[in-house]
Amino acid sequence: MSAQSAILLALLLPLVGAAGIAVAGRVNANFRETVTLLTAGGLAITVWSLLPAVMAGERPGVILTELLPGVELAFRVEPLGMLFAALASGLWIVNSLYSIGYMRGNNEKHQTRFYVMFAVSLAATMGVAFAGNLITLFLFYEMLTLSTYPLVSHKGDANTVRSARVYLGILLTTSIGLFLPAIIWTYTVAGGGDFVPGGILAGHVDGPAIGLLLGLFVFGIGKAAVMPVHRWLPAAMVAPTPVSALLHAVAVVKAGVFTITKVIVYIFGVDFLFAAPSSGWLLYAAAFTIIAASVVALRQQNLKRLLAYSTIAQLSYVVMAAAILKPLAEIGAAIHMVAHAFGKITLFFAAGAIYVAAKKTEIHQLRGIGWRMPITMTAFTIGALSMIGVPPTGGFVSKWYILAGAFEDDNYVALATIIMSTVLNAAYFLPIIYMAWFMREEEAPVRPHGEAPWPAVLALAITAFLTIAFFFFHGATLELERQVVENLS
Amino acid sequence: MNGLAQHLPALQVVVPMLVAPLVILLRPRGLAWAACTAASVLAFAIAIQLVQGVLDEGAASYLMGSWPAPYGIELRVDAFSALLLLVITGASVMALVGGRNSLDAQIETRRQPYFYAAWLLALAGLSGIVVTADAFNIFVFMEISSLASYVLIAGGPDRRALPSVFKYLIMGTIGATFYLIGVGLIYMMTGTLNLADMELRIHEVADQRPILAAAGFITVGLALKAAIFPLHVWLPNAYTYAPHMVTAFLAACSTKVSLYVLLRFDFFVFQENLAGHAFQFAVYLMPLAILGILVGSAVAMFEKNIKRLLAFSSVAQIGYMMLGASLVTVAGLTAGIMHIFNHALAKGALFLAVASFATVATGLRLDDLKGIARRMPWTFAAFVVAGLSLIGIPGTAGFVSKWYLISAAMEFGAAGLPLVAVILVSSLMAVVYVWRIVEVAWFGEEVGEPRPPVTVSPVLVTVTWVVAIANLYFGLVPELPLSLSGVAATELLDHLP
Repeated sequence: MSAQSAILLALLLPLVGAAGIAVAGRVNANFRETVTLLTAGGLAITVWSLLPAVMAGERPGVILTELLPGVELAFRVEPLGMLFAALASGLWIVNSLYSIGYMRGNNEKHQTRFYVMFAVSLAATMGVAFAGNLITLFLFYEMLTLSTYPLVSHKGDANTVRSARVYLGILLTTSIGLFLPAIIWTYTVAGGGDFVPGGILAGHVDGPAIGLLLGLFVFGIGKAAVMPVHRWLPAAMVAPTPVSALLHAVAVVKAGVFTITKVIVYIFGVDFLFAAPSSGWLLYAAAFTIIAASVVALRQQNLKRLLAYSTIAQLSYVVMAAAILKPLAEIGAAIHMVAHAFGKITLFFAAGAIYVAAKKTEIHQLRGIGWRMPITMTAFTIGALSMIGVPPTGGFVSKWYILAGAFEDDNYVALATIIMSTVLNAAYFLPIIYMAWFMREEEAPVRPHGEAPWPAVLALAITAFLTIAFFFFHGATLELERQVVENLS
Repeated sequence: MNGLAQHLPALQVVVPMLVAPLVILLRPRGLAWAACTAASVLAFAIAIQLVQGVLDEGAASYLMGSWPAPYGIELRVDAFSALLLLVITGASVMALVGGRNSLDAQIETRRQPYFYAAWLLALAGLSGIVVTADAFNIFVFMEISSLASYVLIAGGPDRRALPSVFKYLIMGTIGATFYLIGVGLIYMMTGTLNLADMELRIHEVADQRPILAAAGFITVGLALKAAIFPLHVWLPNAYTYAPHMVTAFLAACSTKVSLYVLLRFDFFVFQENLAGHAFQFAVYLMPLAILGILVGSAVAMFEKNIKRLLAFSSVAQIGYMMLGASLVTVAGLTAGIMHIFNHALAKGALFLAVASFATVATGLRLDDLKGIARRMPWTFAAFVVAGLSLIGIPGTAGFVSKWYLISAAMEFGAAGLPLVAVILVSSLMAVVYVWRIVEVAWFGEEVGEPRPPVTVSPVLVTVTWVVAIANLYFGLVPELPLSLSGVAATELLDHLP
């Protein structure tokens, strides 16, 4: 299979899969789940088949149609997008496994719609990952917003609809109101929006306009949840947990920080932005988000909302790392996308498993639950340690590189932020771990329970394993991402 | 061109006009509809041929009875008029083919032959306005199409249509009369009715007061017919109480035809005369366009009846077209003209879907539509696609025109930024009014017992989806509307000195 057809197949396969799931859903549930798993497996194989070529330095691309004169619907695989696509497609398999356990264990309604929209969301994610220019990226970015709306509003009651409105409202408002003008501005001044190593804006904008354009991008890409456009993420927690796990810890939010990183590296150009004083505010905005979100997380009573605020903070790690504008930090940004993905999906899986097995959602209810659900809580502990950045977990690796990047530039703001946030992370995760393992249950549950259904437990065991494995085997990722910054000073 | 092909510009008008009286004779049920649809399809085929011809060979001129212009009447099909023909005939075919059951249910059987005759006259009139190159001829066709539209709008079962159509009639007649007074004044000064000839001769008398008065009368008269804010007041009620398929047909094309004439006059005839063309646009038409966009969208956000909501959205969309034109640049005009096409696609699909809802729901207030999406998932999915096009989500036709409009505004640098802001804000308002419908239709609790999903008419669902897919197709491959409107914009600007 040529690289071109692999790219197109990666976009088409989830859509075909979605149609297949819809048809299979009319036959029976087992058949439907088989189609989901087959689609996820097929997608992962397709995406991963591109990896050797990209590792070897190739940048396979394909142009589909010309949307407007000079504006093409084009795809190009580069290291950042490759990593993002490989991550999302790989975790979709695990997440599908988990979804089976979760959705059945919970007797959720409209399961076919759920799996169909999930597949469509993955197609949009692949489009974001492989987009070759800003317009293509924007198209799939909006498709991702819209295709996740039915997933967020899945439950359909008044409260859910209200939260889904916040979700859609903030994401569409920022993308149409800020991201789109930023794109058109870029096209107008630079004459194009292709992602080119080294950037395309150098010499076309100058002075305060650089900072303004960067602001339009950063706040327009609402999926990155840089404060104050973060409110949609806690709102999205009304969705079933598999959605929160894959989409709101990996695919959607990573699409946001991935896009910001890509804009910084391939549109502005790292060196160009580094030389522009008006872009300095981004570091402070990200640092503020990290600290503020962590403080808010401290006060959360609901486990999923706590995880959401933790995600907001962790996303801004990526933004801050990218904003340090030093090669090692850019690598750190890319690696943190992976490390955080493994850790946070594990945490969400665990939270969902607790809900399925025990119907518990609040943190104070978790006393002693470790002894009833040992596998789940072990995985939760590993995930939490990765968030704090304790070796041997993936979170340590990325923090290492971000810190190294900060030292490269003697960037004390970034250093102080990382240290403070580590303390805060510990402050809100360690009590949960302590409660789960070392405190007694207040009263025995009405219905004694053990672990969640086995597919869910298997899934969270796999991601917990990956969290640790990434600490030891991140060489390939590093090598891939080094290519992004090869030509930088 | 040879044979029949060279007569196509005339046939475009003649076919529906000649079939119209025949339709009245077709008493047996369904026959009138069949004849009307057949004539529409034929007109659509002719329009496609003309578009092809314009793309291949440029504008085509046709002399009625071989009398040379300016003595005889000239028909002229260029890129701008070809695009309009496509929209007009396409909308007619779409509404007739998809709306057979809906029309059958809404129009009394014994009145159907008259109704369809009126439909064809409206079609002939609208096409006539677009193909003719004669100012008085435009007036004649305008009257034909308007009188026929009054009949169509009042033809349904809803008695509230009568006062609305009366209002439309009064305002429409004022508009047409103003136009006629203007044309009369120009004729008095130049002695010609042919637009091209007028363009040449008006130079000698450009600064004279009658020409100024003519320009005023024509602009205001056509603005009335085009429902340009604040002269739009006749439109919402007329759209709301008309039979659903009439709304689908007229919403897609009727106001745009008047806008077409307005642009023709502004760019061909008046040009830099009368105190400056640019001045007129910048000082009068652009602010009105902006107000139309904002007020129309704002009212739509709070409107309770879905057809009125969409009608106010139309007022806003006409503002977009006007805004694009008022920039007086290639990019701006391209955006404005292309939006005529793209908006017709979006509104067409939306009103077709509304017609489907109407067959099931008890009424068309949003409260009546609670849970309708669960009963008609396919129709509603098409509605959402068209709604996204209305908002301007990338991948849909609506995005292409918005992209061009914003790019055109950005060409002006800092001065264009307020315009960009207006476009973006109104897009967000569109999100609000489209999503209000989505939430009600999808999550609203049905009144009474939950009822099973229904399929109204497979044909209607198919046609709705065809139009919805056209929204996606022309969002991804916008070559046809883009090249037509690009050529049209260049031609309009070429006439400016």
